[in-house]
Amino acid sequence: MSLPPVSTVAAVAPADRRGRRMIGPAQWVAVAVLALLVVAAVAPAVLAPGDPFAIAPVDAFLSPRWGHPLGTDESGRDIYTRIVHGAGTSLVIGVAATAIGIVLALVLGLAAALGGRFVDFGVNRLLEVLFAFPGLLLALLVITVYGPGIVTSTIAVGLATAPGYARIIRAQARSVATSPYVEAAVVLGRSRGRILVRHILPNAVLPVFVLVTLGVGQAIVWAAALSYLGLGASPPAAEWGAMLYAGKNYLATAWWMTFFPGLAIVLAAAATTVLGRALQTRGAR
Amino acid sequence: MRGGALRGGALRGGALRVGALRVAAALGGAVFVLWAAATLTFFGLRLIPGDPAQAVLGGPGSQASAEALAAVRTEYGFDQPIWVQYLRYLGRLVSGDLGSSYSQRQSVASIIGSQIGGTLLLAVLALTVAWLLALGLAVWSTRGGRVAAAVGSGLEIVAAAVPHFWLATVLVLVFSTTLRWFPAVSTDAPAGLVLPVLTLALPLAGFLGQVMRESVLDALEAPFVLSARARGEGEAGVRWRHVLRHGALPGIALSGWAFGWLISGAVVVETIFARPGLGRTLLNAVQLRDVPLVIGVVLVVAVGYVAMTLLTDVVSRIADPRLAGVRA
Repeated sequence: MSLPPVSTVAAVAPADRRGRRMIGPAQWVAVAVLALLVVAAVAPAVLAPGDPFAIAPVDAFLSPRWGHPLGTDESGRDIYTRIVHGAGTSLVIGVAATAIGIVLALVLGLAAALGGRFVDFGVNRLLEVLFAFPGLLLALLVITVYGPGIVTSTIAVGLATAPGYARIIRAQARSVATSPYVEAAVVLGRSRGRILVRHILPNAVLPVFVLVTLGVGQAIVWAAALSYLGLGASPPAAEWGAMLYAGKNYLATAWWMTFFPGLAIVLAAAATTVLGRALQTRGAR
Repeated sequence: MRGGALRGGALRGGALRVGALRVAAALGGAVFVLWAAATLTFFGLRLIPGDPAQAVLGGPGSQASAEALAAVRTEYGFDQPIWVQYLRYLGRLVSGDLGSSYSQRQSVASIIGSQIGGTLLLAVLALTVAWLLALGLAVWSTRGGRVAAAVGSGLEIVAAAVPHFWLATVLVLVFSTTLRWFPAVSTDAPAGLVLPVLTLALPLAGFLGQVMRESVLDALEAPFVLSARARGEGEAGVRWRHVLRHGALPGIALSGWAFGWLISGAVVVETIFARPGLGRTLLNAVQLRDVPLVIGVVLVVAVGYVAMTLLTDVVSRIADPRLAGVRA
């Protein structure tokens, strides 16, 4: 489990005012990593032609070497092939969980910002209560109710991330609703509905794309954490968290079983964070 | 003159009253959050499909005996109307009775009592280490220079992208398997605490460091720094006396949140380092679907979170006199 990107927690979202280059080498690396991930998700056979489930007991626990660049696991399956084939599952889980979280947050946040004082009060209290179940605890509660599994853990991660997004979206929509251009539209006699559709929604929703980019990495990490705890995808699935779970008992003898799937998670999360930040800087200008 | 003094006195009295009101409002808010958290969990449990007594005993897979089911039905009053159940549940919570765990055959309160110490020790140590690292990083990385700036902007990525489970793996591989400096299984001996505390503290330090860095950069441009320089204060004095205090503010404000995160992280860290504590207890309870124990631990964490939030609010006000006049 990792911390969410600063900008999704600190509602102030300190967009990088001290002008840095938006597209530096770090951003290009991030784009390259994400492109590789997408290729791995869409057509894994291009990067790794082997079978991720092919068992070869003779080759069990091979350290990284020619033919098995990232080693093999307890059944002789090739770690590199499994990581490549697991990218799709991990990405889908990350995107689905983020979508669930963002949609919920949009409903709550926009209702609070635009629905009048009482709705705002109610939503704020609800968010306060949800914040009292920090981090994975809300997800763990959901899993207690519905039982472990890949679908439950995805939904659980989505629910657990929703309160944070809702607070940001509410703040964003409120600041837009009280901005000079909305005031100008009111003065010009535009109707409420037209103002909402033409001025408030586009400006309040666009930053959501930044949140989505930042959020997918975070959701991948959280879902992997649940799998690592044995509550999400379970081995022998070629999902990154499940691979970590399978490898954790062999840490002392076969470090590559946990190190490389973990590295894949870190790279994916880092890439989305870098890219999300770059988008945010661009949006702030 | 006299009028002025009187007005000053009245103001001070007013400020006191406002202060008391604010404390009362904050406490009221805290009680509300706890009540709502308890209510949410109560009704959330009703979402478990099937027999609630069966759910309390670990779901259909646990094969509970008929006597056990009957005992649970009486204990929880599942034969009563739902609002009677709800009021009884609230009543028991207020008196500190969290029910009993079916998997450990003990009261939830006593299990939590025996496990909470280790987790609190871990969380407090990790928060302290993270704070020290973050402050150091924030002050150092704002001195200018390419390396410092690169480290500064890399902090967030470290915090957001390095999960506890992977960091722990790497730390164990380096410091335990290879160097043999610290054990991979945590004990309460100082050496056994090093790796778990570092695992929790490093991402948090990256996170807090990033937030504090922004705040330090703000402070360096603030009028109070200009006036301090104008009074002839040296660079070190400006940094450590004025800028640092300002830089620490968002860190303080986020510490309540960070504490909740550490408890959540303890689930992973205690599992990896085989360390007894609240997090591992919670994970076991989730795996066995030991509902009373899960609810108990989660509610205790919620109480801790709310208490920490109140505390950080008070500390923020002490550290930042400008907040004294602002509503919470």
